[in-house]
Amino acid sequence: MSDTHAQSVPFVRDTMLPQATPPLTAQGPVKWVRESLFSSIPYTILTLAALYLIYVLLSGFLPWLLGGVWTTSNIRECREVLDGAPGGCFSVLSERWNQLLFGIAYPRDGYWRPTLAFILLFVAVSPVLFSFVPRKLLFLTALYPFIAFWLIWGGSLMVPLAALLSVVAGYLVYSKLVKNNFAVGFFAGIATALVVWILSGFITPSLSGVLALEAVDSRNMGGFMLNMILGVICVSLSLPLGILLALGRQSSLPIIKLICVVFIEFIRGVPLITLLFVANVVLAYFLPPGTNFDLILRVIIMITMFAAAYIAEVIRGGLAALPRGQYEGAESLGLDYAQSMRLIILPQALKISIPGIVNVAVGLFKDTTLVSIISMFDLVGMIRGPILASTDWNGVYWELWGFAALLFFVVCYGISQYSQWLERQLQTDHH
Amino acid sequence: MAEQAKAMKVSDEVAISIEKMNKWFGTFHVLRDIDLTVYRGERIVIAGPSGSGKSTLIRCINALEEHQKGRIEVDGTVLSSDVKNIDKIRSEVGMCFQHFNLFPHLTILENCTLAPIWVRKTPKKEAEEVAMHFLEKVKIPDQAKKYPGQLSGGQQQRVAIARSLCMRPRIMLFDEPTSALDPEMIKEVLDTMVELAEDGMTMICVTHEMGFARQVAHRVIFMDEGQIVEQNEPEEFFNNPQSPRTKLFLSQILGH
Repeated sequence: MSDTHAQSVPFVRDTMLPQATPPLTAQGPVKWVRESLFSSIPYTILTLAALYLIYVLLSGFLPWLLGGVWTTSNIRECREVLDGAPGGCFSVLSERWNQLLFGIAYPRDGYWRPTLAFILLFVAVSPVLFSFVPRKLLFLTALYPFIAFWLIWGGSLMVPLAALLSVVAGYLVYSKLVKNNFAVGFFAGIATALVVWILSGFITPSLSGVLALEAVDSRNMGGFMLNMILGVICVSLSLPLGILLALGRQSSLPIIKLICVVFIEFIRGVPLITLLFVANVVLAYFLPPGTNFDLILRVIIMITMFAAAYIAEVIRGGLAALPRGQYEGAESLGLDYAQSMRLIILPQALKISIPGIVNVAVGLFKDTTLVSIISMFDLVGMIRGPILASTDWNGVYWELWGFAALLFFVVCYGISQYSQWLERQLQTDHH
Repeated sequence: MAEQAKAMKVSDEVAISIEKMNKWFGTFHVLRDIDLTVYRGERIVIAGPSGSGKSTLIRCINALEEHQKGRIEVDGTVLSSDVKNIDKIRSEVGMCFQHFNLFPHLTILENCTLAPIWVRKTPKKEAEEVAMHFLEKVKIPDQAKKYPGQLSGGQQQRVAIARSLCMRPRIMLFDEPTSALDPEMIKEVLDTMVELAEDGMTMICVTHEMGFARQVAHRVIFMDEGQIVEQNEPEEFFNNPQSPRTKLFLSQILGH
C-alpha cells in the first residue's frame, strides 16, 4: 500500500457508492448505552453506583408518595390511618385545597371567577407568545386586563368599562397628534384618558348594580392566586418599562439619561424586601391621611420597578452586543429613531436578551412569595400561617412545601421551555 | 460599453457641494478644508491610504458623521443638525457598507421593502414588486425568501445594493464595498456597480479596486492626511500622477 502513491496510479471511478446504513453497534440506543454508560471501567463503576443511588432514593420516596393518605380531615386521623406505615399526609392538600389556591377570605361561591380568569389568561397571551396565532386576536390581549380585573375583584362591570373607554380615548387622541409631535401626542393622550376617567367617575356609581359581581377587597386575595396575579402583572409591566429604561440610558439627551441611570442604580442597589416594607408601611406616612391606596397596587409598583431595573440592564447588554453597523444601516436608509429602534435594533437586542429576561422573569415570579413577610397570605404565607399554625395540620411540612415547590417549578419550567422554543424560532442564520 | 458609459456627458447640475468642510474626532483633525463638487451623473472614486479620511468624508455626506465646520449641500438641501433635514437627505442618498449591514432578522425581501414601506409609505405590494425588480437587477431574485446569514458575502453585498436602490436614491455612496469579500466574489459586486454606473447613477466610491476606477470613474480623488491631494481623470491620474505622495501610493498598490 505504502509504495503506491495517488500520483503514480491513475484512477477513475466508474460506479458511485450508494448510501449505506451504519452498523448496529454505531447507531441507536445500543450505541448510546455503550458510549455514555459503559465506555470504560470507571464509567461502568459510576453507572452502577448511580443506579444504586437512584434505587435508594426511589425506594424511600415512592412508598411515601404512593402510600399517602388523601381523605383524612386532620393530622391525627392521618397518622392513625397510616399506623406506622410509610406514607405522606396528602390529605392536607385535599382538605385545604381552596385555601392553598385562593387564600382564606375569598368568597367560596366565587372561586370560579379567578379560575376563569386563569384560563382566559392563556387565550390572552397566546397571540403575544406564538407567532402562528393570528395577529387579529391581539384585541383579546388588550381586553384581558379589564375582564380579569372585573372577574377577580368583582364589582360593577362599568368600572373596568370606564377604564377601557379612557384608554381607548387616550389612544385615539395620541394617534391623531403623534404624527406632528411625539411629546404633544403623548401628554395629550394621557390627559384625555384622565379626563374621561374622572368624568366617568360621576356616572359609574349610579350604574353600580349593572352586571355586578360580588366585590372582593384586595386584602382578601391570597393563596397561589395572589402569586399568579403579582407575577403576571409585574412581568408584563416590567418588560416595557425595562425597554424604555434601557433606551433612556443610551439616550443622547442628558436629563433622560440621568433619570434612567439614577433610577436603575438606586433600585438595583436596594433589596426587594426593603422596597416591599416601604410599600407596606412607609408609603402610608407620605400619603394624605384617609387615602386608601390599595396594598396590592403598592406591591405591584415596587416589584415592577425592581424587575424593570434588572431587565433594563439585561436589554442594555443586548443593545451593546449589536454591531454599530446595524444602527448605521438603519440610519442610512432614512429610518427615524423610533422606526429604527422598533424595526431593527430592538427585535435583535431582545432576541439576544431572551435568556437574561427569562432569568429575571422566573426570579420575579418566585420573589412574589416575599409578600408573605409583609403579612399577605400568598401560597407561602398561607402555608406558614393559617395551615401550619392550625392544630389540625401542625407538623405536615414535607407535603405542603413539596406542593408549593412543585407549583412554582411547573410554572418556572414552563417559562424556561417556552423561551428555549422561542430562541429556536427566532434563529435565522442556519437552517 | 464602459467606454461608452464614460463618454456620456456629465451634466452641469450640481448633486453635492462641499465647501471648506472640517471634521475632528476629539482633538484629531480628520478632515481639513475639504472642497468638492459632484455633478449629477458623475462617478467619483476616492482612493488613499487607510486613515486618510476617505470613509469619513463620504459618511459626512449622509450625516452618519457630523462635521464641525463648513457647508455640505446634498440635492439642494443644506445639511444641518435638524433631524428632519437629515432623514430627508438619507432617504435620497443610498449607501453600501464594507460589512453590508443587512438586517439579519429579516428576509432578503423584507430587508429591501422595509425602508420604502416605513419611510416612503409605499403600499406593501408595490414595495415588494419594486424590490423584486431590483433583486432581479442584481441577479438574486431566487434568494428573496432567505435570510442574510444564508447568503455568501458577494450575494449579501448585492442585496445591500438592491436595498439601497429600492429607495430610488439619486446618489449612491459606496464605502469599500469589496474589502470584506473573498477574491472570487469581488467581481460579481463590481459587475453590479458597473451596471449601475451605465444607468447614469451619481456615485461616490471609496475603493481600492483601481481597475474599477479606470473603467468607470469620471474622476479619481486621492486623499491623504484628511486632505484632497490630487484629483484628475482616471487616465491622467494613473499614467501621469503629479504629487509625490500620489506617485508613492500608486507605486505601492500597483507594484505587483
